[in-house]
Amino acid sequence: MADAAVAGPLDGSSLRSSPALVALRRASSIALALAALWGLWEAYRWTWIRLDLTWPFVVDETTMPHIDDIVGSLFEPSRTNGPLLIHVLLDSALFTAKEAAVGFAMGASIGFALGVLLAHSRLLQRGVLPYIVASQTIPILAIAPMVVVGLGSKGVTDWVSVSVISAYLSFFPVTINTVRGLQSADPRALELMRSYAAGPWRVLWKLRVPSSLPFVFSALRVAATASVVGAIVGELPSSIPDGLGGAILNFNQYYTLDPENLWATNLIAALLGISFFVAVLVVERLVVRRAPEHVA
Amino acid sequence: MNADAVVSIQGVTKTFAKANVTALENISVDLLPGEFVSLIGPSGCGKSTLLRVIGDLIEPTTGTVTVNRKSAHEARLARDYGIVFQDSVLFDWRTVAKNIALPLELLGWDRRRRAERVKEMTALVELSGFESHHPWQLSGGMQQRVSIARALAIEPALLLMDEPFGALDEMTRERLNLELLRIWHQLGSTVVFVTHSISEAVFLSTRVVVMSPRPGRIRGIVDVDLPQPRTVQTHENPRFFELVTAVRELLRGIESAEEDGTLESELLAAEEAT
Amino acid sequence: MTTIVEPVPRGAFTRRVGRHVGDWIPALVVFGLGLASWQWLFPWLGVERFLLPRFSDVLDAFWTQRDSLWSAGWFTFKEALGGFALGCGGAIALAVAFGRFRRVGAALMPLAIAANAIPILAFAPITNAWFGLLSPWSKIVIAAVLCFFPVFVNTLRGLTSVQPESIELMRSYAASEVDVFTRVRVPTSLPFVFTALKVASVLAMIGAVVGDFFGGSTEALGIQIESSVQLSRYEEAWAAILVASILGIVFYAAIAAAERRALSWHPSTRGASE
Repeated sequence: MADAAVAGPLDGSSLRSSPALVALRRASSIALALAALWGLWEAYRWTWIRLDLTWPFVVDETTMPHIDDIVGSLFEPSRTNGPLLIHVLLDSALFTAKEAAVGFAMGASIGFALGVLLAHSRLLQRGVLPYIVASQTIPILAIAPMVVVGLGSKGVTDWVSVSVISAYLSFFPVTINTVRGLQSADPRALELMRSYAAGPWRVLWKLRVPSSLPFVFSALRVAATASVVGAIVGELPSSIPDGLGGAILNFNQYYTLDPENLWATNLIAALLGISFFVAVLVVERLVVRRAPEHVA
Repeated sequence: MNADAVVSIQGVTKTFAKANVTALENISVDLLPGEFVSLIGPSGCGKSTLLRVIGDLIEPTTGTVTVNRKSAHEARLARDYGIVFQDSVLFDWRTVAKNIALPLELLGWDRRRRAERVKEMTALVELSGFESHHPWQLSGGMQQRVSIARALAIEPALLLMDEPFGALDEMTRERLNLELLRIWHQLGSTVVFVTHSISEAVFLSTRVVVMSPRPGRIRGIVDVDLPQPRTVQTHENPRFFELVTAVRELLRGIESAEEDGTLESELLAAEEAT
Repeated sequence: MTTIVEPVPRGAFTRRVGRHVGDWIPALVVFGLGLASWQWLFPWLGVERFLLPRFSDVLDAFWTQRDSLWSAGWFTFKEALGGFALGCGGAIALAVAFGRFRRVGAALMPLAIAANAIPILAFAPITNAWFGLLSPWSKIVIAAVLCFFPVFVNTLRGLTSVQPESIELMRSYAASEVDVFTRVRVPTSLPFVFTALKVASVLAMIGAVVGDFFGGSTEALGIQIESSVQLSRYEEAWAAILVASILGIVFYAAIAAAERRALSWHPSTRGASE
């Protein structure tokens, strides 16, 4: 329907500009949105304080610090004569990142392997999938201390146990999407492989896995996020001081004195989560060599 | 301009500024009531654009379009035409009956009237008994029949069809061609039919409008004087071959007029292949 | 913490489970095996009490504590439900609003997707500061924010995934914007919305329970788990964990059941892969 293509979206948006221009446009719209959010924050703050409103919550220096104060606090020491907050947080972030990266690697590989296994057996799927789904309803935070202590008694270092928790949250989306992706191969392509008398392994690696890549990458994006959350959440009850979880607990204690520190920690945690997510996007673009499937 | 015309197109030009494309240039043609007119031409000749201009789905840059003695815009608001696309565009969440009833709901018909009309329409396209089926349970040909039934549900004077059988296999196509002609005879509507297939165009139409691309212009109009009603035997009529050749020559003429040969004559190649 | 955009292919788990009781058998077998392992295999392997007490002991604790467990469960479930309603309601409303303004919606999508990558749970201490430790609102807000982004992203995707020909079809009927919205966009986006709602149901419950870690009312489930662990009453802790898990599963199952009713037309063979 080439004629319809002429008739349709050509009046405007689909003129292909250079990728640099597209990136620039995207970066500027993100910057614009962030600036708008900053403006909204300060406006809300100003209005609520001015009008002395108490719903939904009281607004003051503690509950809603100025954004510039939050960013500014990064470049001040978090305690007297100590290192700059940003150094402290970056160290913590790196520690958590290590846990999350290992957790992600474990979770993604186990998830993928499990997915491959399940994709080949309807019986296994029916028997096991409900429990895999149910496993995600167990509040990880409650189990975390048991995992850490249990593995610790077997001589596993603290942070590796946190990686296990991180893996627990990451494997699920990868498993589900791997099963779906492997089953999504075009039936005609399958017939083609059969006509070549290709064995099941060949079919797996040459056809099913490549056609499952969009699904798998979509899940990896989710898993990347989940791995960071898992790492932070895993640190919390395990009294591990080195990571972002520890930083949150620490600054939470002194929140009323120095609220900006906790906000800044959240900011760094957010950036960590986003950077993991973007890292997977970048890898996907390199591996799949086309635009990622509509992101989420 | 012919005062009796159902559709009158005068000096219509359509340019897509951003893409710097002139899809249609100075198109003028009148379509008389009860005609079956095909639009045929290579990719980019603007036939689908022209169809949409008639349907007021695209606004012409210059020129006027009169449908049923109103402007195209008023005609659309008065729901004077039904449209069928290449993709049947049926709503998955509705049964066949409810899909056909869609325009009737929009017009505010009451339940009883809707049910009656749906029954008539399913009988017309020979799908009685499939009212409670869902689109995915039907074959491509059946889906298109539902799409045609929906387009005709409000008994419009004009039927616009954009390569409706393009996605179907040859045998289903031929069968649906005959059905479409039967329906056309029964209802006496005017049909504007966009197609890629020369033989289909000649078989179905009273006139074939051949268009050339870049910019989209009318290259020529072939009067198809084959006897009505058309049947399977029509294909074997020597006059049929003459007319097909005439259309083909017009299309070839387009190709030889294009010096650098970038014109795709896909449809000619397709005709050659079949 | 999962955001799966595409609706689950209906041929997979959900539809079969609903239709054929026999299909439950493998799951039941695994369940039986799991329980047996819990009761006998793990203790035999030397899994300590504080890691995983015997199933029968946990059941005992469950029974003796059933009143406080169920009231705690209900308390936390209400927080989860509140967060779910707030987050999903807000997300759908905002997605509908932004669906109308394509450019803004397209610009916001990457932001919303990035925001979904933020560990929201780290924000719990701040909501505690806002609403007070004991107030359920601090947990409700966390649950709401957890639910918001997946539902927003998916609803927006669903609303904008409508085939352009469907819109052209509706325009050919001179349908109003409201008609297009209710008859086309809403049914098209329902599969997407329900997928996100299922994810959100689990997230809401998790958010409510885990949010308790930073402090909360003693009536809340998370706090009960905490205090049981600190008192070395692991059987009670596990009983409470089970309650949390069961509530999460029930919530999910309820949404899945609603999905089956609402999407009864969705073909079992079709998924919506991009």
